[in-house]
Amino acid sequence: MILKQLSVFVENKEGRMKDITQVLKDSGINIKTMSLADTTEYGMLRLIVSDPDTAKAKLREAGFPVSITDVLAVKAEDRIGFLHDMLCKLDANITSIEYMYTLPTDEGPVVILKVANPVEVEKVLENI
Amino acid sequence: MIWNEAKECMSRDEMTHLQSTRLVKQVNYVYHNVEYYRKKMQAAGLEPGDIKGIEDITKLPFTTKDDLRNTYPCGLFAVPRSEVVRIHASSGTTGKATVVGYTRRDIDIWSECVSRVLAMANVGKNDTVQVSYGYGLFTGGLGAHYGVENVGATVVPLSTGNTKKQLTMMKDLGVTSIMCTPSYLMYLTESIEEQGILDELQLKSAVCGAEPWTEEMRNQIESRLHIKAHDIYGLSEIMGPGVAGDCVYHKGLHINEDHFLPEIISADTLTSIGDGEIGELVFTTLTKEALPLIRYRTKDLTSISHGKCECGRTTARLSRFVGRSDDMLIIRGVNVFPSQVEAALLEMGEVSPNYLMIVDRVNNLDTLEVLVEVDEKFFSDEIKELENLTKKITHVLQQALLIQPKVKLVEPKTLERSEGKAKRVIDNRKL
Repeated sequence: MILKQLSVFVENKEGRMKDITQVLKDSGINIKTMSLADTTEYGMLRLIVSDPDTAKAKLREAGFPVSITDVLAVKAEDRIGFLHDMLCKLDANITSIEYMYTLPTDEGPVVILKVANPVEVEKVLENI
Repeated sequence: MIWNEAKECMSRDEMTHLQSTRLVKQVNYVYHNVEYYRKKMQAAGLEPGDIKGIEDITKLPFTTKDDLRNTYPCGLFAVPRSEVVRIHASSGTTGKATVVGYTRRDIDIWSECVSRVLAMANVGKNDTVQVSYGYGLFTGGLGAHYGVENVGATVVPLSTGNTKKQLTMMKDLGVTSIMCTPSYLMYLTESIEEQGILDELQLKSAVCGAEPWTEEMRNQIESRLHIKAHDIYGLSEIMGPGVAGDCVYHKGLHINEDHFLPEIISADTLTSIGDGEIGELVFTTLTKEALPLIRYRTKDLTSISHGKCECGRTTARLSRFVGRSDDMLIIRGVNVFPSQVEAALLEMGEVSPNYLMIVDRVNNLDTLEVLVEVDEKFFSDEIKELENLTKKITHVLQQALLIQPKVKLVEPKTLERSEGKAKRVIDNRKL
């Protein structure tokens, strides 16, 4: 399925992550999972949260550059070779992955993928 | 709208005659009332009678900020304290504060000069003007205030700060014109857009000054707020805002030259240079009573042009300021002005024009780092896109400055927004 992911630009400054979690906590937003990409000067915090629209509004108010990106969530099977099979399928369809991380759920782990065309890729991955 | 046609539209001959008469009088006045100037003139072998008209101006010695510092606080005043009705002081960003004073007549002339600039912006008695310059020792607030009252418009004296209140008042009172620094107006513009209240405002014009700004910044303000943005120029030593201003044609700033005699000199040779050539602006006050100054070097870099403007005014005009000679950075031997960075960023259109230049010297080599705020409109969640943006900015700045800067993206609104004057440069070099 397609999920709304929150992306936040974070400067490499002391306490900046804490400032973000403070806003989310105060707004009653639950973080489902996160991934943090870092460069020498800034980081990109990607979040799957309970209410992305409210979270975006609140973070904007607090002065963070934030955007919502559509990402693809694929249910992972707990078996040897699942990730490899998935990547082979993507590769066969000439789809490049910008980034990926996982989201734990009650029904097991889910792989979050950022691709250029999530709707089409979802169809491709229906039967891995 | 022309406030004082008799003075603003006179022929060049009439103006030269008026300036000459006033200069002779002012030089006499200064010689007899200011000891410092008398000594300076005597040292140069000059007597007041040697100055017969404006063609003799170059015989007179220059006045600099150092002269004001040497005579701190009131050594250059030409009147006893009983005649002084007001004091202002410069912010002292580049040293000790400079104190300036005004007689009642000085204040009247100042109000007249600001009124002329307001008329250039078509501000009249039916307007409501929000003054968001700082009130206090800074000349901006009170100078603008008296001008607005003089034209009979309604003044809303908000001073600086408290953006929320500024916007509420602007909306509720139907403010039609605002006077503030251009960087503060940019800040207000962002807030207006964030709150989506542009449709509820009745703003028609802005009169901005107290810091240099570029044509690109003016274009942004005008198109984003759907208003006319005018430039007002002044400096406390000469008077305050209102020394010059630009009309609706935006073809240079009309100097109130019946009160302030302008010259452009080469900062190297200190000799006069011609129309259209960029040099340092020098002013001689022609009617000041409390603090008359002879050939005061402003450090502001611009050029001058004569000739009638489409608006009908004949007063000499200043071109857009290139910067200040003391704003100029020499980085690896290359002259760099902060205004070049601003213009380049605005031209790119992909980033906000909020930047901070940090100059340092590492292993005997000058380095320039430029912090640029990421604009949410162009913000990407992909690192490679942000890296491409950084590369692009670096390239654009390198083209404009001829030296390669290190560009760093920062969060929006992290760079200090000025409510008085914007901080654009930090020079950490120990020279």
